[in-house]
Amino acid sequence: MTSSARLSRLPRVLCAALALLFAAALVQRVEAQDISAALGQLTTNKYDDTEAALGALALSGSPAAAGIVSALADGKLFFGGTPPRVFIEGTGGALLDPLTMQPVADAPAVKPVRVNNRIRRAIDAASGALSLVSLDAAKRREAALAVGRSRDEAALPALEMALGKETDPKVKSAMNLARASILIGKEGITPAERIAAVELVGAEGNQDALAILRSVPESAAPEVKQAAAAAIEGIERNLALWGVAQNVWYGLSLGSVLLLAAIGLAITFGVMGVINMAHGEMVMLGAYTTYVVQEVIRTSYPGLFDASLLIAIPLAFVFTGLIGVLIERTVIRFLYGRALETLLATWGISLILQQAIRTIFGPTNREVGAPSWMSGSFEIGHLSITSGRLWIIVFALMVFFALLATLRLTRIGLEMRAVTQNRRMAASMGIRTNWVDAMTFGLGSGIAGMAGVALSQIDNVSPNLGQSYIIDSFLVVVFGGVGNLWGTLVGAMTLGVANKLLEPYAGAVLGKISLLVIVILFIQKRPRGLFALKGRSIEA
Amino acid sequence: MSTSPMNMTRQPALLGTSGIIFLAVLVAVSVLVPVLNLAVAPDSAVHVPTYVVSLLGKYLTYALLALSVDLIWGYVGILSLGQGAFFALGGYAMGMYLMRQIGTRGVYGDPVLPDFMVFLNWKELPWFWYGFDMFPFAALMVLLAPGLLALVFGWFAFRSRVTGVYLSIITQAMTFALLLAFFRNDMGFGGNNGLTDFKDILGFNIQADGTRLVLFVLSALALALGYVLCRFLVRSHFGKVLVAIRDAETRVRFTGYRAENYKLVAFVVSAMLAGIAGALYVPQVGIINPSEFSPANSIEIIVWVAVGGRGTLVGAALGAVLVNYAKTYFTSGILAPYWLFMLGGLFVAVTLFLPKGIVGTFYEWREKRRQHDDIPDEPLATPRPAE
Amino acid sequence: MLNMFTHARRMAGRALVGAAALALAGGGVASAQETIKVGVLHSLSGTMAISETTLKDTVLFMVQEQNAAGGVLGKKLEAVVVDPASNWPLFAEKARELIAKEKVAVVFGCWTSVSRKSVLPVFKELNSILFYPVQYEGEESERNVFYTGAAPNQQAIPAVDYLMENEGVQRWVLAGTDYVYPRTTNKILEAYLKSKGVKEEDIMINYTPFGHSDWQTIVADIKKFGSAGKKTAVVSTINGDANVPFYKELGNQGIKATDIPVVAFSVGEEELAGIDTKPLVGHLAAWNYFQSVDVPENAEFIKKWQAYTKNDKRVTNDPMEATVIGFNMWVKAVEKAGTTDADAVIDALIGVTVPNLSGGFSAMMPNHHITKPVLIGEIKDDGQFDIVEQTPGLIVAEEWSPYLEGSKDLIADWRKPFSCGNFNVKTGKCGGAGQ
Repeated sequence: MTSSARLSRLPRVLCAALALLFAAALVQRVEAQDISAALGQLTTNKYDDTEAALGALALSGSPAAAGIVSALADGKLFFGGTPPRVFIEGTGGALLDPLTMQPVADAPAVKPVRVNNRIRRAIDAASGALSLVSLDAAKRREAALAVGRSRDEAALPALEMALGKETDPKVKSAMNLARASILIGKEGITPAERIAAVELVGAEGNQDALAILRSVPESAAPEVKQAAAAAIEGIERNLALWGVAQNVWYGLSLGSVLLLAAIGLAITFGVMGVINMAHGEMVMLGAYTTYVVQEVIRTSYPGLFDASLLIAIPLAFVFTGLIGVLIERTVIRFLYGRALETLLATWGISLILQQAIRTIFGPTNREVGAPSWMSGSFEIGHLSITSGRLWIIVFALMVFFALLATLRLTRIGLEMRAVTQNRRMAASMGIRTNWVDAMTFGLGSGIAGMAGVALSQIDNVSPNLGQSYIIDSFLVVVFGGVGNLWGTLVGAMTLGVANKLLEPYAGAVLGKISLLVIVILFIQKRPRGLFALKGRSIEA
Repeated sequence: MSTSPMNMTRQPALLGTSGIIFLAVLVAVSVLVPVLNLAVAPDSAVHVPTYVVSLLGKYLTYALLALSVDLIWGYVGILSLGQGAFFALGGYAMGMYLMRQIGTRGVYGDPVLPDFMVFLNWKELPWFWYGFDMFPFAALMVLLAPGLLALVFGWFAFRSRVTGVYLSIITQAMTFALLLAFFRNDMGFGGNNGLTDFKDILGFNIQADGTRLVLFVLSALALALGYVLCRFLVRSHFGKVLVAIRDAETRVRFTGYRAENYKLVAFVVSAMLAGIAGALYVPQVGIINPSEFSPANSIEIIVWVAVGGRGTLVGAALGAVLVNYAKTYFTSGILAPYWLFMLGGLFVAVTLFLPKGIVGTFYEWREKRRQHDDIPDEPLATPRPAE
Repeated sequence: MLNMFTHARRMAGRALVGAAALALAGGGVASAQETIKVGVLHSLSGTMAISETTLKDTVLFMVQEQNAAGGVLGKKLEAVVVDPASNWPLFAEKARELIAKEKVAVVFGCWTSVSRKSVLPVFKELNSILFYPVQYEGEESERNVFYTGAAPNQQAIPAVDYLMENEGVQRWVLAGTDYVYPRTTNKILEAYLKSKGVKEEDIMINYTPFGHSDWQTIVADIKKFGSAGKKTAVVSTINGDANVPFYKELGNQGIKATDIPVVAFSVGEEELAGIDTKPLVGHLAAWNYFQSVDVPENAEFIKKWQAYTKNDKRVTNDPMEATVIGFNMWVKAVEKAGTTDADAVIDALIGVTVPNLSGGFSAMMPNHHITKPVLIGEIKDDGQFDIVEQTPGLIVAEEWSPYLEGSKDLIADWRKPFSCGNFNVKTGKCGGAGQ
């Protein structure tokens, strides 16, 4: 295989555009060309023609080109009429002439110019190349990085010329890196040049650098190969360490999901002793609350979409909390002291709730969107952190500490602890135990509902949502130690991290199985979980 | 028809009135159903079609499964949320035997490898499939596979004094782990599809009406024997210790009993009964796959026992049949979309209004009625919460 | 019914079980003869309800349409709906109930392979007809089953070809849920890719359990695998519930379709209705039908369907089209045979041709599979697909894949007197590899 055959389309289009642009800039002769031929190609409804038109537009230097390309990217470019012409959809749906941006008087019936992945890449390349004309440093840097990834030798002269003129240090280093990337695989350069390139690339230290270093040709001098091998080894060692850190991060993130799912159960099961099989359904109700909130926002207040989760959190808490109080008052309160039988009743309730949701919302998944502040990711070193996951960890910890504070610092928290520790004595102290029971169950359910808001961001919003978390939730609470909130926190995080550290070696399924076996064995060792409540009672 | 309750010898020490009625019903059913299936014309109103035979056969294996749960839950206070795992293991042992009996009649015609192995390019039979072409070995494994798992699991758990909800949760984790394991195609148990398309059992066509009837009668027989065994166990000294453990384990231990050994024996016996139920279930249903391991299934078994009456044995069997009949009935026709409401409602209603289950409530009523007559013959029938 | 019940009570004394049995038996006798019964065997509760409920509605819709057009053989059709509740043994029980008790002429049902495997023996024993409408792993051809969904060569291979030719993909991630359909499809694809010169190290195969929800590690691995300088694509046979978290994680980790496209075989309009599709724009799916197919037949079907469901946003999808094709084929075959008798209809079905919804015709072949066009679509931001490629002709199903060791010599042909589902062309015998 030749090196150019190995290239994907994006860099090739981009390189061609860049090479031409650098050349054009060099002779200082960028003139507005006639783009009517390109516009004609946009009306054939063929991807090949659209791609060619984009290339032509990118190089045309026409002031209208940027507008046309961005209209295509936004799906606002249409064609139609006889002979077919191209239109841009303006605000309010009016069709505009792409050159003059004036409304067209006799607009014909139009169809959108179709876009697929190939065209999307061509759009990226074209708009990248076009903004290079506008001399935006960030765009230039991106283009340089793309050339580096493509490692197309044909782009080397243009790149070197651009490098000579470049003043921005960031762009310059990107261009240097791109040049080095190309040089590593190039025939006919001196070993010293190649070693310099290896060192420059090796200093990047990431996955891409590894791939480039591995492409040192067989024919290279032994010292070059040696330098490349050393660089590869260094990077791999470094990346392995970062890999562990990354897995720990994934583990914490999984742990925070487990914590969210389990924390409500730590109240209803851990504190009250109700084997609450309907806990998962409370999580599901919270997720459906989010869906309803988003639906209302979508239809009535589209501007509030980014705040939809913030609105949903208190609503979900109140709604599922009320459902919890209702369940407690109608069913659970007759079952205190019969812990194992609560399992049956709540299992029945969970079936009813699932089928109720299925009847109301249908059996299919419901769409819950992510607000903009929850999408995207950033890097710390070689650690990639996604914003959504970060927010879920933050949210889980906030819920945890808020709950802890409620139990420790508030009057109702005090009463809850009193009732669960010694019901009769609490009653004789004047605490309305019935009311406290209802509030405690409501609190646990409400927290499950809030968890549902967060889980709607990473999982299906379907009637089965709760079922997939119930077993894990019980395991977390039991593993951590029933009746101890700190145990739930440590339990969730331990299980999450252990799972993610096992997964690369054992695979997703075996990892999970071995984790379950480990928990079973652990319970043999400590039958009351990680943080057992200390007491002298023989029955504990 | 040949046996009526009156003709049976009364053995109150072992069986009790309800036990005699239960066995009589079983005998009557296992005689009547084959007769009504074979001897009565298909268009007659009392003809029992073959599909009802296998349906009833399935209910009977479920009843045996429920019995095995009642033995440990009702009398020892072990709420196992993993009983379905023992049932499924017994089923898999039987399924592996049935798979090997297919021989060259699989779609690929491979004489040794089951279809799913040919399909996934396996070259030879994994070691754990050896021996399953022989029925006695498979029959042994039906008992040993669940028995050994229960022995190992119970030995660890009871020795460490894991009790109550902790035990329930780790039994659930156990069946969940097995579910995931059997789902894996690499395990060599057919993955999600499980084992199916059986042809013969001991040389008899598994789909023939005669075979179905024999399996049905065998299920009834297994249930009857299982009942007598459980009844024997709980009426013996051993059983009295079990009940004592259920009600106050620590005190039993202080009295000098090795509570964990008693629990272990009951747990292993129960697992083996569940295994037998699974082995009888598979040929009648025609498929065994990992969904039998799902924790939801095990919870459902508990519900059958609760509906019928925990700690009554007869109730467990009755509950299994009733709930499953309701499931069959409600999953057809216009009620189909609403059957989960009814099932869920039933569980809530039973726990709230019939905490002792159908049979338990009946005993209570009967005891009240004849308080002065004589000593009730069901002193173990009132379960107390195990903590 | 009540009468029979008391009668049975008298017969069996206090045998409650026996009474229940007879109550069950009683219903069969009471079945009316003036209608033709059509069985619907799709889960309405449990995990599979998410996919199967729509197909139940589709059959009911087709029955209503057919009755409005005068029924079949002068009789009205009557749909009998049961709920196997995503429980595989219950599928077998319900199939038996439909055939033996309700005496249905045909059954439309099943989604998962395991449910089909579970009911297979029942259909063979009681000699009835099952129409199975979902794409599956192939490696099966039974006399009593008609497969109107795609075999792997009618979906997976054209999709891979498309990626190779149009996106220049050279590195492949085959990601699937660990069950038989992904396993087989990936085995076939692996063999196919190797036959096209793709090297071992350029193929990554990954299996995850059902309902897998934490995709962080796997998506990161895919990202790593895709950063080796060669164009990489993911071929996804990930099943149902696991898809939403998978796509959400792709979006979260910033993998766009222009970088690493994902082509899925189990993601259709119905599944997309539950996802925010904006981050997914450009990812692909391969099916034999898309709602966005721009032909008059499809437009009319969608109009009627939305009127029937009284929901103008209700989507259509590929398994629905397969159900529609199967239903129409059955109607045509019954009219051809002049009876609903299973043997006559099974023979009449081969060769039956009906219009599909993508503007062409699909025919029932002697291997009990149908001919289909293959369409590749890119996800649009409105949850629909933009069809970027369509095979020029119809593709005949390879029920036995030539890429698998065990089945490369097998063919199926149910025409008389041949009548064999696993004929070995090497040994010249029916019955697989044979001895």
